[in-house]
Amino acid sequence: MNSPVNTFVRDSLIVFRRQLRMNLRNPAWVLIGVMQPVLYLLLFGPLLKPVVRTFPGFDGNEFTFLVPGLLVQLGLFGAFFAGFGLIAEWREGVVEAERVTPASRTALLCGRLLRDLAQLLVQALILVALGYVMGMRGSVGGVAFGIVLTLLIGGACAAASNALALTTKSEDVMAPLINMIMMPVLLLSGILLPMTLGPAWLQNTSDFMPFRWIVDGVRDAFTGDLGTSGVLWGTTWAAALFALALWWGTAVFRRDDA
Amino acid sequence: MIVARGLVQTFHTGQGRKKKPVHAVAGVDLDVAEGEVVGFLGPNGAGKTTTLRMLVTLLRPTQGSARVAGYDVVHEATQVRRSIGYVSQTGGVFSSARAGDEVMDHGMLYGLSRGHVEERGRELFSQLQLDGLWERMPKNMSGGQKRRLDIVAGLIHDPTLVFLDEPTTGLDPQARANLWEHIAKLRTERGATVFLTTHYLDEADALSDRIVIIDQGRIVASDTADNLKAQVSGDLVDLEVTADDQRAVARDKLASIATHVEVEGHHVRGRVQRAGRMIPSLLRDLEGAAVALDSIEVARPTLDDVFLTLTGRSLRDAEASAGAADGPVDETTDEPELEGAPQ
Repeated sequence: MNSPVNTFVRDSLIVFRRQLRMNLRNPAWVLIGVMQPVLYLLLFGPLLKPVVRTFPGFDGNEFTFLVPGLLVQLGLFGAFFAGFGLIAEWREGVVEAERVTPASRTALLCGRLLRDLAQLLVQALILVALGYVMGMRGSVGGVAFGIVLTLLIGGACAAASNALALTTKSEDVMAPLINMIMMPVLLLSGILLPMTLGPAWLQNTSDFMPFRWIVDGVRDAFTGDLGTSGVLWGTTWAAALFALALWWGTAVFRRDDA
Repeated sequence: MIVARGLVQTFHTGQGRKKKPVHAVAGVDLDVAEGEVVGFLGPNGAGKTTTLRMLVTLLRPTQGSARVAGYDVVHEATQVRRSIGYVSQTGGVFSSARAGDEVMDHGMLYGLSRGHVEERGRELFSQLQLDGLWERMPKNMSGGQKRRLDIVAGLIHDPTLVFLDEPTTGLDPQARANLWEHIAKLRTERGATVFLTTHYLDEADALSDRIVIIDQGRIVASDTADNLKAQVSGDLVDLEVTADDQRAVARDKLASIATHVEVEGHHVRGRVQRAGRMIPSLLRDLEGAAVALDSIEVARPTLDDVFLTLTGRSLRDAEASAGAADGPVDETTDEPELEGAPQ
């Protein structure tokens, strides 16, 4: 029974449980994390009502437009701050103590990612439920698929954030770096407004932003049609970014001086 | 239990053309036998923690090789980790979690069952006088209790070789003395081999069968505390003579049996081999020369004297110069904080 896979799963779950226990000691952070998208939903969503019908290629109400974007935003912003917690763990010696156990380095990362994904799932469900209450329309299967994409992109961001944290080991370096990355991501992903509203050069620029394809993919998924090219591109980018970030995070956790 | 040959750890300072190698550990050979308690002594920045981190598989040696508990630290790292217990300077438990949960999770990462870990954890809590603290958060424990909890976590899988990195740093004298008792019991009651780093002379002296002294990345001595002290040229004899006209006489009499004789204020000091045997005849000589002694003190050499003899610097001076040479030093490690090096 002690195959490498079993050991890996077991170790990941031990790390996950330990991390989750710490989160549950202060569950308020889960709510604080979801506050930003909720505020956008409540305070920015109504502003879109008069203009949502003018969005090219979109047929739905303002909340059906906004919730998919906010889900991706949740995955991006929430998960990208996971690394700050890891720096605190490193200071307490927790990371080092785990690294002298026989547990695989990948399991140490995956356990933490599971915690981030569990937290993100709860936040996503809160956001979607609130969206339905506000008037969002979406097929259950499509919304579920949209949440899966959100988890993929959230996992990617959490893995990248952990890798960045163990590389820099400094909140002072992490904070401006994340800001620097997040700002263009936010502006070029069409989270709040569709990029198709912009001039050609801005649309062309946003074509190079993978998160724009993911936002479009989640929006398409919400309609219930999972066979669109938007869903395909969004899924491809989310899976690719997740694989890349997982590889990076694992490499950093395996590194000698991590 | 530990065999290391030519261990080297090189970091780099600066970037680009200014990049410069720094040999934190510059060729360390070590042999530690089963059941031995070895104190690894040196000033901050000497290479203690860097050497330790290579032995516990946290840092890959730049050169050289080491076998710990019979396994190669590079090629059989997992087996090494399974065999050793490691208590770092920073501990290793969440300060806001329940102590018992932390110990159990740590133990289960060694593949032990929940039931076994809990039984073992509670037994260790009792042995290390942490009864009743299973549910308490480490942040609400005293420094000594927190340190003992770190040791419990390091022992939860019953390792036969335990590495302790500066175990009593930051503790008050009472907590230090208490922890020393527990460390001593690791060998006497559990038969464990213990390798501990320290920059406290008294700690190395009190706990270790053998002391290995490292300075500037190299081992400068390895022997029992008594043998090391014997390398220092004798015990320190300090004569206090208030009368100015008698001090020169006292100096001459002391010089007939001592080396390194010096006069400072009212004191005449010198190093005397086997002072216990020589003092009676010295006192008779001084009395015959009508020298009125105000006091006499005989002090056995300290490990600081040993370090001074071996390196020409006192431990404290070495620490000061290491700090000045290396720039900012991480408070939890003796590795220099290096620009451009991966942190």
